[in-house]
Amino acid sequence: MKAIYKREVRSYFNSMTGWMFVAALTAFTGIYFMARNLFYGDPYFASTLNSILFVLLVLVPILTMRSMAEERRSRTDQLLLTSPVSVTSVVLGKYFAMVTVMAMPVVIACLCPLIIKLNGTAFLKADYAAILAFFLLGCGEIAVGLLISALTESQVLSAVGTFGVLLLLYLWDGLVDYLPTTAAGSLTGLLVLLALVCFLVNAFSNNWKVTLGVFLVGAIALACGWVFAQNSFAGLLPDVLGRFSLLAAFNSFSVDHVFDVRGILLYLSLIALLVFLTVQVVQKRRWN
Amino acid sequence: MIEVKDLVKLYGGRRAVDRLSFTVEDGQIFGLLGPNGAGKSTTMNIMTGYLAATEGDVLIEGHSILNEPEAAKACLGYLPELPPLYTDMTVGEYLRFCAELKKLPKNDREALVSQAMELTHLEEQAGRVIGNLSKGYRQRVGLAQAILGFPKFIILDEPTVGLDPKQVVEIREMIRQLGKDHTILISSHILSEIRAVCDKVLILRHGQAVACGAPAELEAKLSSSGNLELVVRAGVQAAEAVLQKLPGVNGWTVLECTTDTVRLSIASDRDVREDVFFAFAAARLPILELRPRTATLEQVFLDLTDDNDAVAGRAAALLGGSVPAEQPAAPEETEEKEVSGDESDL
Repeated sequence: MKAIYKREVRSYFNSMTGWMFVAALTAFTGIYFMARNLFYGDPYFASTLNSILFVLLVLVPILTMRSMAEERRSRTDQLLLTSPVSVTSVVLGKYFAMVTVMAMPVVIACLCPLIIKLNGTAFLKADYAAILAFFLLGCGEIAVGLLISALTESQVLSAVGTFGVLLLLYLWDGLVDYLPTTAAGSLTGLLVLLALVCFLVNAFSNNWKVTLGVFLVGAIALACGWVFAQNSFAGLLPDVLGRFSLLAAFNSFSVDHVFDVRGILLYLSLIALLVFLTVQVVQKRRWN
Repeated sequence: MIEVKDLVKLYGGRRAVDRLSFTVEDGQIFGLLGPNGAGKSTTMNIMTGYLAATEGDVLIEGHSILNEPEAAKACLGYLPELPPLYTDMTVGEYLRFCAELKKLPKNDREALVSQAMELTHLEEQAGRVIGNLSKGYRQRVGLAQAILGFPKFIILDEPTVGLDPKQVVEIREMIRQLGKDHTILISSHILSEIRAVCDKVLILRHGQAVACGAPAELEAKLSSSGNLELVVRAGVQAAEAVLQKLPGVNGWTVLECTTDTVRLSIASDRDVREDVFFAFAAARLPILELRPRTATLEQVFLDLTDDNDAVAGRAAALLGGSVPAEQPAAPEETEEKEVSGDESDL
C-alpha cells in the first residue's frame, strides 16, 4: 500500500493534476475569503467554505478521473494485481493519495481563521470544525469519483459520471422536496429503493439466492410496517432520503455552527462503503 | 513447481481455456505455443492471478493462486503481453517502485534494481522517462520488472513481439541465461523462438492442449518411423481394403480424394514401401506417387493448430499414430471425419 501511495502522490505532482487541484481550490478559497470575511466582515470562515462547495464539484472529478480508469487503459493494473499485494491495499493506496492532495489546500485554508483572529473576533472552534467537515465532504466526493473511475476505462466517462453524481448529491435536498409525501407514494418509493439495492447486491454477489433473501427481508419489513403503522409512512420517503443529504450535514457545521457527530459518521460510513464497493468492482472484473 | 489443474475460463459463452492441465518442473524453460487467440495470454493471466478461472486451480510451489494469492504471487515475476509501464516515471523510479511493490527487503532493493538493469542492459537509460523510450527499450524495462528480485518463476508473455531481429536475439540470449537458475514459462506464436530456448513445449489450440513434449522429442516422433504419403488411382474403399491387409501399417488418414484418385498418409513402424508397392500392384491399383513424408515441426504446429477441426484432428492422429499400438482407433475416427468433410465440399 505504501509503495502505491507514494507513487500516486508523486505522480499527481509530476503531472499538472495535483498542482492544479491545490492551486484552484486555494485560489477560490482566497477569493471568497477576501470577499466575504475581509471585505464584507463576516467573522465565520465557515460561510466561505459553504460558498466554495461548488468548486469541489468541478475539481474532484478532475482529480479522480484518472485513478482507476487509467490503470486499466494502460494495462498497468496487470502489474498491481499480479504483485503480492491485495486489491484492498491497491485501492486504499490510491484513495489515500487523493486524500493527501485534497488535504493540502485544506491545510492552507486553516490559516484563514487565524487571519480573521488577527483582525478581530474569530470563532476558531466553529471554523476548524467546519474545515474538518469540508475535508471529510471532499474525501466522500473523492470516494464517489474513485468508484466511478473503477467502473470505466475512459477518463472522460469517469469525469463526466463523477460530475453527474456529485451534482445530484449537491441538489439532493432540493430534489427530495419533490418526492411524494403520501403514505402510498412513500411505499412505492421505498419499494423502488429496495429493488435498486437488490440490483446492486445481485451485480456484486452474482448469487440470486442472496438477492432474493435481501429482497424478501426488505419486502417483509415494508409489508409489516404497512400493516401495523400505515400512518407513519406519510412523508417517510423524503425523510429517509433526506437523512442521506451530505449538504445538510455540512450545513449544520457551516450555518448552524454545531458539531454534527451524525454528519461525521455519515461521511465516514459513506467513504467506507464506496471504497469497499470499489474493491468489489475490481475483484469482480477478474471473474468476468 | 507450477501445477495447472483443469483450468477453464469462460468469456460469455466462449471457452477461452478448456480443461487445460500441465506441470512446469523446476529449472525448466517451458514454452506455451499456439496461434493468436489460442488462450496463451488468458492462461498466463490466470496463472499470475490477474484473472480468476471459471473452474480449476493453479498451484505455485503448493500455494493456490486463488486461496493464498499473496504467497503464490511472491514467487512470480510476470511480463504481460503489453509491458505494464507508467509512462510518467523514469526507468530507475519505476523499477524502485516495483521493488517496493514486490516487498523486496529494503536493504537489498538498490542492489537488486541495478542487477536487473544490468541484465537487461538498461544502466544508461536509468534516468530516462519511460514515455520517451522506444518499443525495444520498453520491452526491456518490462523484462527487468519481471526478473526483479529474481523470483523463482518468471512468466513471459510473447517477450520478443515487435522487436527488431537483433533485439530478439539479445532477449533470447537473456532468457537462456536466466534459464540456468530460474524456471521460465514463455509463450509465443513463433515456433522457432520456442524451439530455440525451450526444454519443453505445450501446443495449445482453442484453449486445449494438443501436444506436449521436448521440441526434439516432438520432432523425432513426427519425422521418425516411415510416414509415407501415397497417391493411388482408386476409390477410398478399395485403397483401404488393400491397406487393411498389410502388416506393418499402423494406421492411415485420407488427405484428399478426387473422383478417381486418393491421397493417403500411412503411419508405420518400419519401411513398408516395397510391401505397399506389391500389395497395390496385386490389387491392380496403380500407385501414382509414393514418398516418405518428413514433417517438420513447423508443419506439424501449423496443422495441429489449424482452425479446421479435420486438419487439426488429422495432425493429432499422426502424432498419436506414430507411436505403435497406442491408439489404433484414432486414425479411423479422423478418417471418417475427413471423408464426411470432403463430401460436404463436393
